[in-house]
Amino acid sequence: MDSHKLAEQAAGVATGASQLSQQAQDLALSISQYAAPEAAGMPFFVVGLTVFVLACFVGYYVVWRVTPALHSPLMAVTNAISSVIIVGALIAAGPEDWNFSKLLGFLAVVLASVNIFGGFIVTHRMLQMFSKKKKQGA
Amino acid sequence: MAMTLSLLAYLVSSVCCIMALRGLSGPNTAKGGLMFGIAGMALAVVTTLMLPGVSSYGTIILGVAVGGGIGALIAKKIEMTALPQLVAAFHSLVGLAAVFIAAAAFHNPEAYNIGTRGEIHIGSLIEMALGVAIGAITFTGSIIAFGKLQGIVTGKPVVFKGQHMLNAALGGVLLLLLVLLCVTESPLVFWAIVFLSFLLGILMIIPIGGADMPVIVSMLNSYSGWAAAGIGFTLQNNLLIIVGALVGASGAILSYIMCKGMNRSFFNVILGGFGGELAGAAAASTASDKPVKIGSAEDAAFIMKNASSVIIVPGYGMAVAQAQHALREMADQLKKEGVKVRYAIHPVAGRMPGHMNVLLAEANVPYEDVLELEEINRDFSQTDVAFVIGANDITNPAAKKDPASPIYGMPILDVESAGTVLFVKRSLGSGYAGIDNELFFYDNTMMLLGDAKAMCEGIIRAMEH
Repeated sequence: MDSHKLAEQAAGVATGASQLSQQAQDLALSISQYAAPEAAGMPFFVVGLTVFVLACFVGYYVVWRVTPALHSPLMAVTNAISSVIIVGALIAAGPEDWNFSKLLGFLAVVLASVNIFGGFIVTHRMLQMFSKKKKQGA
Repeated sequence: MAMTLSLLAYLVSSVCCIMALRGLSGPNTAKGGLMFGIAGMALAVVTTLMLPGVSSYGTIILGVAVGGGIGALIAKKIEMTALPQLVAAFHSLVGLAAVFIAAAAFHNPEAYNIGTRGEIHIGSLIEMALGVAIGAITFTGSIIAFGKLQGIVTGKPVVFKGQHMLNAALGGVLLLLLVLLCVTESPLVFWAIVFLSFLLGILMIIPIGGADMPVIVSMLNSYSGWAAAGIGFTLQNNLLIIVGALVGASGAILSYIMCKGMNRSFFNVILGGFGGELAGAAAASTASDKPVKIGSAEDAAFIMKNASSVIIVPGYGMAVAQAQHALREMADQLKKEGVKVRYAIHPVAGRMPGHMNVLLAEANVPYEDVLELEEINRDFSQTDVAFVIGANDITNPAAKKDPASPIYGMPILDVESAGTVLFVKRSLGSGYAGIDNELFFYDNTMMLLGDAKAMCEGIIRAMEH
C-alpha cells in the first residue's frame, strides 16, 4: 500500500516537473524572442543608432560619386528604395483578422507599391535614354 | 534560426540598395545598379512575407497589384518634362505610407514587439512620433511642391505677416505634443501630431518660389528618407534604418549642391519669399528703353552656320516648350556644317537636379556633348556663339558685377564672353527670380523672341535653304 502511494506521489512530482520544465522552456523562448534584438545586452536603440550613423557616412560618400548628369535618376531611384518601408506595411497588413491597424497597413502597402513600381520604372526609362544615346553618340 | 536568416536577408537587401546608388556614378554602370536595387527590394518583400506574423497573402497581393499597377501605368505614361512633379508626387506617397505604418504600430504594438496597447516602450514612442511627424510633413509638403510644379498652386511665393512666427509656434506646439504623447500615450495626441505636421508641411513649402523647387524637391527626397529611418527605429529594423539614411543623405547632398548653385544658404531658401517682391521692381526697370537688338530665325541660322563653335545653354523654358527634340535637330544640322556643338548645364537649370540632362538624353543628345558648369565655363571666351534657350538667371552677369542684386555671388555661365550671344526668349521680361538681365542690352547679344520650339524649327528651315 505504502509503495503504491509513493509511486503515485512520484508520478505527481514527475508531471509537475515536466510542467515546470515546459513553463521554463516557454519562458526561455519568450525571453529569447524579446531579447533577440537586444543582442549582447545592448538596447536596440544603440545598435540602430550605430547602423544609422554608419549608413549616413556610406550614403554621403556614395552619393558624392554620382555624376551630376544622373542626378534625376538618383532622385527617382532613392524615391523607389525609400519605399522599403513596405516592410513595415506588410507586417501591419499581415494578420488574418481585419482591424484598424490592418486597414492602415493595407493602405500603406498600396501606396508603397505605387512608389516601388513607379520609381523603378521611371528610373529605368531615364537610364534607357542615357544608354541609347551612348551608342548613337559615336 | 528563422529570425537570424531573415535578418541576414535584410542585410543583403541593404547592400543591394547601396550598390544601386553606387551604380549611378556613371551611365554605363547605372543599369546594373538599378537591377541591384530591384533585387534588394524583392528580397526585402519576400523575406517579410516569410515572417510568422504575416499570413494574409490574398490581401497583400491585392494591395501590391493595385498599387503596382497604378505606379507602373503612371511611370510609363509620364512625359519626361513632367518629371519634377512626378517625383514630388511620389515623395508624398512615401510620407503618407510612413504615417499609416506609424499609426498601425501605435494601434497594434504587439505585432511589432514594441510593447502592448497603452504600454508602448517610451523609446519606441519617441521614434514613432518623430517618424510620423516627418512623414506627415513630407506628405503635405510634397503635395504643395507638386501643385507648384504642375501649376495648380501659384509658383509665386505666398507670404504673409508673421509667417515665420506662426511656423515656429507650430513647431513648438509639436514638440509639446510629443512630450505629452510620451506621458499619456493617448491616441488623440497621436492624431493631433499627425494633423499638426500636415499643416506645418503646407505652411513650410507655400512661401517658396518656383525657381527654388530644385532645392525643395531634393529636401523632400531627404525627408522621405529620414521618415523611413524613423519607422526603422520604431520597428527595430536595420534595413529600414540603412536605406532611410542612404536616401536622407542623398537628398541632403542634392539640396546642398542646388543651394551652392544659387549661392544661397539652405535657410535662406527655406525661409522663402525669394523673387516675390522683386518682381515689381524689375518690371519697372524693364520699362526704361535701352536699345535691344532683335533678330530673326534667319539671322540666327546665318550666324551659327558661319561659326566654328557653338555652346547651347538650355533652361526650364526649353522644358516648358518641349523644345529638346527640335534643339537636337538644329544641333545635328550645325554639326553637318562642321560646327562644333556642345551643351552647358548649370546645376540649377530646370526644376530638379539633372533635369536638363534627362531631357537632352531623351532627345538623343550624345552624353559626351553635355558638360557641367565647371567643365565648360572657361571655353565661352573661345566660342563664337552662345545659344541660350529658355534660361535666364543662370546667365545674368549681375551675379558677378552687382553686389545689390539678389543673385549676387551665384555662379553663372559666362555666356557674355562668347563672340555672339543668341538669346531665345518669349519676351523681354525678367526671369523666374524676377531680376532684370542686363545681358539683353549687350552689344554682342541678339534676342530671338518667340517660342523656343518654334524658334529652333525656324532656324532649321533657314539653314536648309
